Amino acid sequence: MTLTQTPPAPDLEAGFEATIARNERIEPRDWMPEGYRKTLVRQIAQHAHSEIIGMQPEGSWITRAPSLRRKAILLAKVQDEAGHGLYLYSAAETLGVSRLELTELLIAGKQKYSSIFNYPTLSYADVGTIGWLVDGAAICNQVPLCRTSYGPYGRAMIRVCKEESFHQRQGYELLATMMRGTDEQRAMVQESVDRFWWPALMMFGPPDDASPNTAQSMAWGIKRHTNDELRQKFVDMSVPQAEALGVTLPDPDLKWNDERGHHDFGQPDWEEFMQGVKGNGPCNAQRMAHRRRAHEEGAWVREAATAYAAKQRSVTA
Amino acid sequence: MNEHIHTTPEDEHDSAYSGLLVNDAHWAFGTDFEDPLAGVDTSIPDGVDAPVLAAYALMLGDDALVMSHRISEWTSNAPDLEDDIALSNIALDLLGQARLLLARAAKADASVVPALPEGSPAPPEDALAFFRDAHDFRNVRLAELVNGDFAEAVVRVLLFSVWRLATFERLRSSRDHVLAAVAAKGVKELAYHRDYSARWFVTLAQGTDESRRRLVAALDALWPLWPELFDTHAVEAAAAGAGVGVDPASVREAAEGVLDQVLAAADVPRPEAPRRAGVLGRTGRDGMHGEPLSLMLAEMQSVARAHPMGQW
Repeated sequence: MTLTQTPPAPDLEAGFEATIARNERIEPRDWMPEGYRKTLVRQIAQHAHSEIIGMQPEGSWITRAPSLRRKAILLAKVQDEAGHGLYLYSAAETLGVSRLELTELLIAGKQKYSSIFNYPTLSYADVGTIGWLVDGAAICNQVPLCRTSYGPYGRAMIRVCKEESFHQRQGYELLATMMRGTDEQRAMVQESVDRFWWPALMMFGPPDDASPNTAQSMAWGIKRHTNDELRQKFVDMSVPQAEALGVTLPDPDLKWNDERGHHDFGQPDWEEFMQGVKGNGPCNAQRMAHRRRAHEEGAWVREAATAYAAKQRSVTA
Repeated sequence: MNEHIHTTPEDEHDSAYSGLLVNDAHWAFGTDFEDPLAGVDTSIPDGVDAPVLAAYALMLGDDALVMSHRISEWTSNAPDLEDDIALSNIALDLLGQARLLLARAAKADASVVPALPEGSPAPPEDALAFFRDAHDFRNVRLAELVNGDFAEAVVRVLLFSVWRLATFERLRSSRDHVLAAVAAKGVKELAYHRDYSARWFVTLAQGTDESRRRLVAALDALWPLWPELFDTHAVEAAAAGAGVGVDPASVREAAEGVLDQVLAAADVPRPEAPRRAGVLGRTGRDGMHGEPLSLMLAEMQSVARAHPMGQW
């Protein structure tokens, strides 16, 4: 290890700001403001937790998938989510927090995950709708993050986004296949879209005038677009998709606005959104109990692995 | 199709939807591969009784399907993310084997496939998986047990994969092209399943007092079902005699040898529990199962059976 002269803080800060201004990456060993580090840990952890909690709503349909092919696709998809969790926890580790610490913060209710996963999955069509709308919204949120200012996060997101695009396609393909099936299946798809459309819009977060962290995150290059910009983009992209599928989006205010060159649309129920954020959503308690149980039931296994590794080290030492 | 899609070349990369409507060749999972045996020589070798071949393929397929299902129940429940991913992999490998083997059974003898309503789009391998009742399943009872703790999963995967790998190593020279090909692919998969579970077996045996206690308890609990894996059913004897199948009794020595190595590395003695009896002498291969299988199938088949005319 070499010791270098530590420049005074103002130079460090100026260097950091200059890197951001040049649209270059901040890397783990670069100096960064404490607020930047904290914001990143919060965002990456929340993202990682979302991947892991997000395994549950779809995972519960693996054992009921109606064909061997669908079962393989769903199992592989949920497995990918575990993989995304791994990349993201690894990115967070470069900021000095361990996977275990973050998991324990989640289980203690001190860190959040995406509220979308507090909605229940009630039919097999939900597997398709989650792929199409939920993963679609996630991609809109996440593609800009491939260019986020923190290197390890941006690189993890490139891989995550590639796999998410694939997930979205499988969801859309499932819905399209079901729409070619029976009347019951078409009704199942419509019912599912009716339930998930508004929660999908909530995934972009509160309206810009009610989003306290957006300005700083954009100045730091962590976030690249505002919540409302991304929501608009998502609506504009989803409308033709819904038409092609033959489903109706459940918003009476949804219509093309020639003047703006965008669709106008209604607002989701932000009060319901806040209930989910506060822990009172339909499945918050269930999701947390599941994650806590899996973590606690695995404790003796992780302890055994640690003890075995220590014994192996002492044998070879 | 619609003028309201606003993508410019610059943000094409940002578009979650670009190309979604295009049914191009880039789909990894398209809609046009309904027949898993497409392009494979499915003719029945000379001198082989088609119903025997079908019944034998069903036995191997049901083992894989039921075991895959149980392992898939670990998804989102494993002790750590790495193991969640590994167990999903094992479940996926076995599911792939099941799909090919059930398709093989149906192709060899269509009369094994349950009748569905006229015009049902369900392919034959799905009809076999989702529309047979428990007594028509031919899997060994080890595969169907309700999941226990992680030690139980480790021991079950170890016993299952050591046995199945020994079987598949011989099945590679089956006179049936499909079974030979499934075995050739499966050997690599099963070697991974065996190595994964054997590593954990040693780790848990040598880890903490608690992990060793749980591991030994799991081995004791599963041991009574180990001998059943080497029983020779009449179908297996006939398939082996015709050169398309493997007599389970003939792989016992190889499988026991591998298992003994793992037990020795873990310093765990061989259990001495007696084998589990059947019902009137009948066990899994005869369609005589424990209580868990029908419950498992009730869940597994629920959506498919509710929509026999459904497209998935």
